[in-house]
Amino acid sequence: MRKKEEKIAYCFLLPSLFGTTVFIFLPFLDVVRRSFFQAVGGTFVGLGNYREVLHNAAFLQALSHTVKFFGICLPILLTVSFGMAVGILQLPGPGKWIESLFLLPMALPVASIVVFWKLLFHDNGGINQLLSWFGLKGSDWMNTGAAFGVLVGTYIWKNLGYDMILWLTGLAAISGEQYEAAKVSGANRFQIFVYITLPQMKTCAVMTGILSFINAFRVFREAYLIAGEYPHNSIYMLQHLFYNWFTKLDIQKMSAAAVMLAAGISILFLLLEWWNEKEERQ
Amino acid sequence: MIKRLMWGIIGGFMIFPLLFMVGNSFMGTLELQEAYGAVLGNAGGGVSMRLIPRYPTLRPLVELLMDSPGFFVMFWNSVRQVFGVLAGQAVIGIPAAWAFARYRFRGRRVLFMIYMILMIMPFQVTMVSNYLLLSKLSLMDTHFALILPGVFSTFPVFIMEKFFRAIPETMIEAAKVDGAGSLCIFLKIGLPLGAPGIMAALFLNFLEYWNAIEAPMTFLKTKSKFPLSLYLPDITTDQISIAFAASVVMMIPAVLGFLWGKEYLRMGIAASGLKE
Repeated sequence: MRKKEEKIAYCFLLPSLFGTTVFIFLPFLDVVRRSFFQAVGGTFVGLGNYREVLHNAAFLQALSHTVKFFGICLPILLTVSFGMAVGILQLPGPGKWIESLFLLPMALPVASIVVFWKLLFHDNGGINQLLSWFGLKGSDWMNTGAAFGVLVGTYIWKNLGYDMILWLTGLAAISGEQYEAAKVSGANRFQIFVYITLPQMKTCAVMTGILSFINAFRVFREAYLIAGEYPHNSIYMLQHLFYNWFTKLDIQKMSAAAVMLAAGISILFLLLEWWNEKEERQ
Repeated sequence: MIKRLMWGIIGGFMIFPLLFMVGNSFMGTLELQEAYGAVLGNAGGGVSMRLIPRYPTLRPLVELLMDSPGFFVMFWNSVRQVFGVLAGQAVIGIPAAWAFARYRFRGRRVLFMIYMILMIMPFQVTMVSNYLLLSKLSLMDTHFALILPGVFSTFPVFIMEKFFRAIPETMIEAAKVDGAGSLCIFLKIGLPLGAPGIMAALFLNFLEYWNAIEAPMTFLKTKSKFPLSLYLPDITTDQISIAFAASVVMMIPAVLGFLWGKEYLRMGIAASGLKE
């Protein structure tokens, strides 16, 4: 009986499994193999390609900008969206239309609002104009270090609604009985929040963090469409570097870097999973 | 009341770019030059941003519809590429999600974990491997170069699995007692009851692929095959007169889809945050 069930399950799974293996997994294994060889001539170079990437000045710079970007925008996004989710729950009456307003930015294609961004952040643009009315001096937003701030802001604008919904789902999963019980035993609102709400948000926080992390790679779209292939140094990130290596067809470096990126993300993910499972078992 | 008003103001701020683009799509060429020439053209001075044009006109829209054949080629490219991916994801992904949700089999946990890891990989990780594969299959610079990798994305499987899992076991047991086979149960119970999940996953991916930049810029060379998401900035810098109208037309499918499907979107996002 069980054997038969398994067979049926694999029948349903087969097209996806086959496609994922043939079109994603095996090609990636090929890249792993290539990362140990020279692209031209095919001599085995061991970790040579990796060493080359890790000593590459552009790579190190792009990596540090990427890490800095993630390190700044993820905490801001996660805390702001959590605060807003809690705030929306406190609203009397339905807050659905507000959620929708926050969700809309993720539906807007980047390309279709690039014009607005340009008008806003150009040296002669709207923001500098506004600042000059107050007697303040603006800056050339996209061509100075301010570009980094613009990109962080754009990322938060785009993902705030998505993360709010994730938090709201997590908050809704906590049973009302627990809140009632805490109220009866005389806990105040702050205590309830710290001792009942927060501890139960761990799994939700892990998933929200992971999804926000994936979405953070997509700021490349804004960065590229607004500032092009070589934007201001402060927002030159790994995504740009990969693309520029690609235009030079530097397969060797790309392979080694892709393997490292994949390994880094997998390890991060598995560590989070392991921590989360351990916490849940307690 | 004050609280709601405050939220409304912040919310209005969030959708301001949309309002601005729509408002300005009714601005004539002369006013565009005068107001935004400093940034979009090469006039000196500053811009004067306004939400509603002083002399609203439908001219830009007419010009876009009548005199910009390029725009429609790109629009059609986008449609083909996006719906190609979505159709493939439905055919491949739905049965896979059903298998993960309703069956216990050896390797299930590990496979699901691998699917999750594949789901979180950014484009840059699979960029080289996709390129090597696509050039081996001589699919570079074709619509298939975008469709093929998209079809096997594991993200829709992850979303739909949550919805299939939520179908009560009793319904399936009842169908089994009536003598329904596995395929019959999948088609007659799984598909209709999981339909919101399928819609949610496909809608999320519609937004994602309608907005595609990375894959087309890497795997396409010929401009006439570009999707609108990549080509639009070219139009908007070359032809300031239709910059806003073209942007707004590109938004329309996404915004209308959003208005129609925001509940699906909400459900899909909520499902993406559930672990198992």
